[in-house]
Amino acid sequence: MIRAILERARQGYRTMSFPKGESPAMSPRYRGRSEIAASSCRDCDSHDCERACSTGAITGTRDGSASGPILDLGRCLFCADCERACPRGAIAFTQDYRLAVREREALVLGPGQKELKLASALEMKLKRLLGRSLKLRQVSAGGCNACEADANVLTTVGWDLGRFGIQFVASPRHADGLLLTGPVTRNMELALRKTYDAICDPKIVIASGACAISGGPYDGSPEILGGVQALLPVDLYVPGCPPHPLTLLDGLLRLVGRIEEGSR
Amino acid sequence: MMPEALPLAAIGNGRARALREIPLLDETGLALALREALGSGARLASYFGLSAEGGTELVAVLADDERNRLLAGRARVSGPAFPSIASDFPQAQLFEREIAEQFGLVPEGHPWLKRVRYRRSWTGRDAWGLDEAEPIVPGSGEFYRVEGEQVHEVAVGPVHAGVIEPGHFRFQCHGERVFHLEIALGYQHRGIEEAMIGGPRPRSLHYAETAAGDSTIAHATCYCMAIEALASDSGEGWALRSSARAQAIGAVALELERLANHVGDLGAIAGDVGFLPSASFCGRVRGDFLNMSELVCGSRFGRGLMRPGGIAFDLDEETSAELLRRLEAAERDAMGAINLMLGDQSVLARLEGTGTVPREIALELGLVGPAARASGLARDTRFDQSSGIYRLAQIPVSTAQTGDVLARALVRRLEVQRSIAFIREQLGSLPAGPAGEAQNQAESVPGRLISESIAVALCEGWRGEACHAAVTDASGRLARYKIVDPSFHNWPALAYAMRDEEISDFPLCNKSFNLSYCGHDL
Repeated sequence: MIRAILERARQGYRTMSFPKGESPAMSPRYRGRSEIAASSCRDCDSHDCERACSTGAITGTRDGSASGPILDLGRCLFCADCERACPRGAIAFTQDYRLAVREREALVLGPGQKELKLASALEMKLKRLLGRSLKLRQVSAGGCNACEADANVLTTVGWDLGRFGIQFVASPRHADGLLLTGPVTRNMELALRKTYDAICDPKIVIASGACAISGGPYDGSPEILGGVQALLPVDLYVPGCPPHPLTLLDGLLRLVGRIEEGSR
Repeated sequence: MMPEALPLAAIGNGRARALREIPLLDETGLALALREALGSGARLASYFGLSAEGGTELVAVLADDERNRLLAGRARVSGPAFPSIASDFPQAQLFEREIAEQFGLVPEGHPWLKRVRYRRSWTGRDAWGLDEAEPIVPGSGEFYRVEGEQVHEVAVGPVHAGVIEPGHFRFQCHGERVFHLEIALGYQHRGIEEAMIGGPRPRSLHYAETAAGDSTIAHATCYCMAIEALASDSGEGWALRSSARAQAIGAVALELERLANHVGDLGAIAGDVGFLPSASFCGRVRGDFLNMSELVCGSRFGRGLMRPGGIAFDLDEETSAELLRRLEAAERDAMGAINLMLGDQSVLARLEGTGTVPREIALELGLVGPAARASGLARDTRFDQSSGIYRLAQIPVSTAQTGDVLARALVRRLEVQRSIAFIREQLGSLPAGPAGEAQNQAESVPGRLISESIAVALCEGWRGEACHAAVTDASGRLARYKIVDPSFHNWPALAYAMRDEEISDFPLCNKSFNLSYCGHDL
């Protein structure tokens, strides 16, 4: 007992003050939202960025349909191959971790578009129903355990998700919504549907990670459905491979209205 | 002692060999050679089919750990079946079921021929004679049953209570006591091996990175080793080789991956026996190790670091120094939390004698990684089949003898200490030279590999040995890419560990292995 108390004193209080205080520092090499300086693209005909991207997150340079690359953050694996490929150094991954949006289209950035339309809070009626709590049932449908692990990390003392009234629960009957990871394998289709159906209405669906949003690198595989959109209506999209815990937390807090629109 | 006259060819870890140098037998000949080799101490690292001209070929890769080498053999299967060796060598049972499912070949004499991933075969021929129009339902089919008064069945999953991947567990119980557990997986099947055929393509590396996402570095290392081996000497005027510096930094990342997961799992074990202080501390410290991976390459899971021909991010002196500073703090916190837990009587009483896998069972099942080492098998790819920087800087193999949850926890504690020491040593003396950071993924995807060859790459991830075997066709493209995650070897051990245990100890036993679902299902 005394050893446990001493060790507790030594380990100290470690819950971060975010969102009231500063957000935790990211590594200088962290790759958040990417920016394309479209003015550099105007007379570029190399298409190297589009060619370098293995998941088709960059389009529009080859067919000349756009005045610069169109970037789909829902497909992006944040591998930075496009950044390295660009002959003009026009692509840069920023430290901006805020990536969660309410609409799938909001993840598609046109040439020169830099700002994301970040997630807004749930509608008043639903928010009132939920009160100050949000209980989520997590389902992995072909996820590689990276998205799952970094969702789980939010429940550790460093992040302490519980202080926002948000919690992962065991039973769909106790849940207000579903947090889905993975490209939705054929073999999980039925289980996913059943879990969703077991959650009482009204309910929300959160798609976390490139796989859940677009199939990610598995898009096109006959063994998957290509993301949750094919199956369920989605209320929050959280891009990344996997999304940083801070990206997911930011999205969740925006959804429940604990981070105001336009702030930060 | 391994008989020298076996019709198998030696092959080095991370080396390529022409297919024609590997003796081509018939299916009976290969079965005999496997029996001989497995009977004299080798273990099955990989065993798979591939579509060749005029039918299916079987390829077996054996690890002869005592002599630090790999052996490969192959066979042309003439009919719709091949002889099973699973009754005598249980480590082959899952491999044979996989061959049956993927190629529609029946392993004759298999004691429990069930599907592995509940998917259609690659050849259009179904080993179970199922009509093409009929659906294959995951988790369907017969389960082993215990009959008797008051014997009951408990079915769990595919969706579990926690934030965890899906799988189905079927227990045969008498009250709390578990007679038998059968595990049915396949829910996470994404079709990686099929998608690799015809490559390498820019996506191939991402498949390796996400084969089992918590083992990104281990699988990506295997992929890079295999591609480098097949690209080194293709006569096309280019070669891909990782520099010593790249290998050292890759190894640092691999050990960071091990640290994050070992510390996280020890915390989860503490949580499962209700010892909350260590559960809380370890959960947080795991994040510290993940953040160190982020420091190295910008991703907490090591995404984007490994590239065929080098690594994508070099370590400058400043980052190295910061890494060492953080390592020291995390070591203090991790060891404080772990020693608190493993010094507590109430924790020890719950871990000791729970979920025991005796040494002879571990041998029979062909276990790898900490699970094997906890049962007294001194098996570690970093030592037995060393490659890269591990040839020069060796990590002592950490073992325990009792094979229970406690032994698996003790092995992990020892590995935490040794990985930290290893990283310190490496960062203190990083080889000079280029790391290959200019490598672009698209540029490092070679157009053409050496044709009609095989390369085998092993890497000791935190769960154990990841094994990638790449076979090229006449045009130098991948004709087959076989991935074996350590979980593929170890899932049956969890089922064994539950025998005669209380069903309420399942989470504890499960956590002590913490196996990958998607790594098994790929």
